[in-house]
Amino acid sequence: MQAYLAEYLPILIFLGIAVGLAAIIVLASMVIAPQHPEREKLSAYECGFEPFDDTRGRFDVRFYLVAILFIIFDLEVAFLFPWAVSLGEIGMFGFWSMIVFLIVLTVGFVYEWKKGGLEWE
Amino acid sequence: MAEIFWGTIWPLVLLIVYILVIVVPLLVAVAYLTYAERKVIGGMQLRQGPMFVGPYGLLQPLADGVKLFFKETVIPSRANKGVFLIAPMITFILALIGWAVIPFGDGLVLADINVGILYLFAVSSLGVYGIIMAGWASNSRYAFLGALRSSAQMISYEIAMGMIIISVLLTAGSLNLSEIVRAQAEQGWYLFWHFPMFMIFLVAILAETNRLPFDLPEDEASLVTGYNVEYSSMTFALFFLGEYANMILMSAMATILFLGGWLPPFEVAPFTWIPGPIWFILKVCVILFVYIWARATLPRYRYDQLMRLGWKVLLPISFGWLVLTAGVLVAFDLVPG
Amino acid sequence: MILAQLVFYLLAFVTVAAAVMVIAARNPVHSVLFLILAFFNSAGLFILLGAEFIGMLLVVVYVGAVAVLFLFVVMMLDINFVQLREGFLQYLPVGALVGLILLVELALVFGSIAMEPALGGAAVSATEAGVTNTEAIGRLLYTDYFYLFQAAGIILLVAMIGAMTLTMRHRPDARRQDIGRQVRRRPGETLEVRKVPPRTGI
Repeated sequence: MQAYLAEYLPILIFLGIAVGLAAIIVLASMVIAPQHPEREKLSAYECGFEPFDDTRGRFDVRFYLVAILFIIFDLEVAFLFPWAVSLGEIGMFGFWSMIVFLIVLTVGFVYEWKKGGLEWE
Repeated sequence: MAEIFWGTIWPLVLLIVYILVIVVPLLVAVAYLTYAERKVIGGMQLRQGPMFVGPYGLLQPLADGVKLFFKETVIPSRANKGVFLIAPMITFILALIGWAVIPFGDGLVLADINVGILYLFAVSSLGVYGIIMAGWASNSRYAFLGALRSSAQMISYEIAMGMIIISVLLTAGSLNLSEIVRAQAEQGWYLFWHFPMFMIFLVAILAETNRLPFDLPEDEASLVTGYNVEYSSMTFALFFLGEYANMILMSAMATILFLGGWLPPFEVAPFTWIPGPIWFILKVCVILFVYIWARATLPRYRYDQLMRLGWKVLLPISFGWLVLTAGVLVAFDLVPG
Repeated sequence: MILAQLVFYLLAFVTVAAAVMVIAARNPVHSVLFLILAFFNSAGLFILLGAEFIGMLLVVVYVGAVAVLFLFVVMMLDINFVQLREGFLQYLPVGALVGLILLVELALVFGSIAMEPALGGAAVSATEAGVTNTEAIGRLLYTDYFYLFQAAGIILLVAMIGAMTLTMRHRPDARRQDIGRQVRRRPGETLEVRKVPPRTGI
């Protein structure tokens, strides 16, 4: 346990240093460089005309579909990780168990494909 | 007192020194990657690239950095200030912390964790946040669209990347990065065993880092550089640094997974004289060259083509290869471990 | 070991604080960002417990995928959150009840371990020495828990089909690219070379 945690300590410190560095870079520049804010400069860029409404509107539902499909496939990948490293131990049964799992998900993938869920227009 | 110093504080100080030994050269490498990019693309287009600052323009990246540093940090009045400032920091931090687990040579690794490859996969899957947050916080139409495109693109290619990693894991039998390299010392580089996967991995890392031909989020023509349109000064520089540090990180990942990490190409005399880290850096440079080469050569993809390539081509191929690899390993009783 | 404890308190404190901010933040996007922070810190807690695989998966799946979907929904859907917030307090009793049940359950677990210390043994050493916990999970999941594993597969399939039926709508006006058709197309089908005599036109 001791040795195991010792491997993670550098990551923690690395994270701390990275956060500190990022903050220092931004803050130092904001303090040292001259700042002259002005109304026109601070308005959002929009090809030549005044920005007139809030930009965060609705968008194509397809983006949600992509995000949901991504979650599902990400979980599939998550299930594959332990399988890949323990394939030697679990033998034929473990192998076919995963193949059945993958076939089930492939059915879903084929359904997606045929229905046109992967099309983008 | 002395015991506490030598037992607790000294190792910590040493650790911080090690981290700086990684971070400082990395940032220098990032600066000179931008220089190399301009020089190489210049060469490919029969131009000279930067020539004026310093001999052969060698001080150009420094000049660019200083210039950006002394620019005003513009925060749009309708932006969400906190999130707006945190977004570039996240991109930069994520591009750095991945380096904690990279083995530069045999035993030359800062954090030799058991799940190294999963850690890298996790760090790269977080990369999308810097971009979404920037796009949303800017409250600008172009930034928002760029962020949306970019995040959908990154998550689409990540699945294929995951499948490729699993294929390599099947043959290596470990999630530890050093073990993966050592497995290649015995079995030969995975470049040969998993050649199609290596090619797909190269494509996936181009998409993952939003580089040409997949740099739609930064499409100048239609999105005026996309998610970072409202950023200036050092906040912009952090995105820039993060993007390039990420390129190097992804190249290092490809080197470890397919090009045998620190191993020399042949285990014979003149090659084994050169130490491991040098080989590692050389291999990373080769992949970085491919990045720049792609940028100088290929036109940009259209968005629907990009999504089609990710979901309908790369994903099925890498999935098929994964099943094939597992099948062959089990059928011929070659499973490691 | 003191360091490990310090890190534990730091992570636990940030997790709880972030969780409070999730429900206290006015802006829903900030809520989701705090939720991500909470996930991230709980991943740290898992690693501290020795469950490195679960910790990493928490980052990959929850932070890297699920929270992205949350952000998409919250950022980009036009929901009137002020309206949603009205009547927020009427859910308080339900929330309190769920919290109470969880508290009782936790108390029971700790109580039984306090009374019969042998019960806690299973929780302390989940894996044998020399076996990484990714491998340990792999050895059990696909064989001993075969049915549960397949059930997970079926659930993912249902989720996929559900997402499709809910969000899919065909737009007849959209123009799609058909690569097969493009490649099959020959010049003969679309081009015709005609000889045009001067001053007559076609």
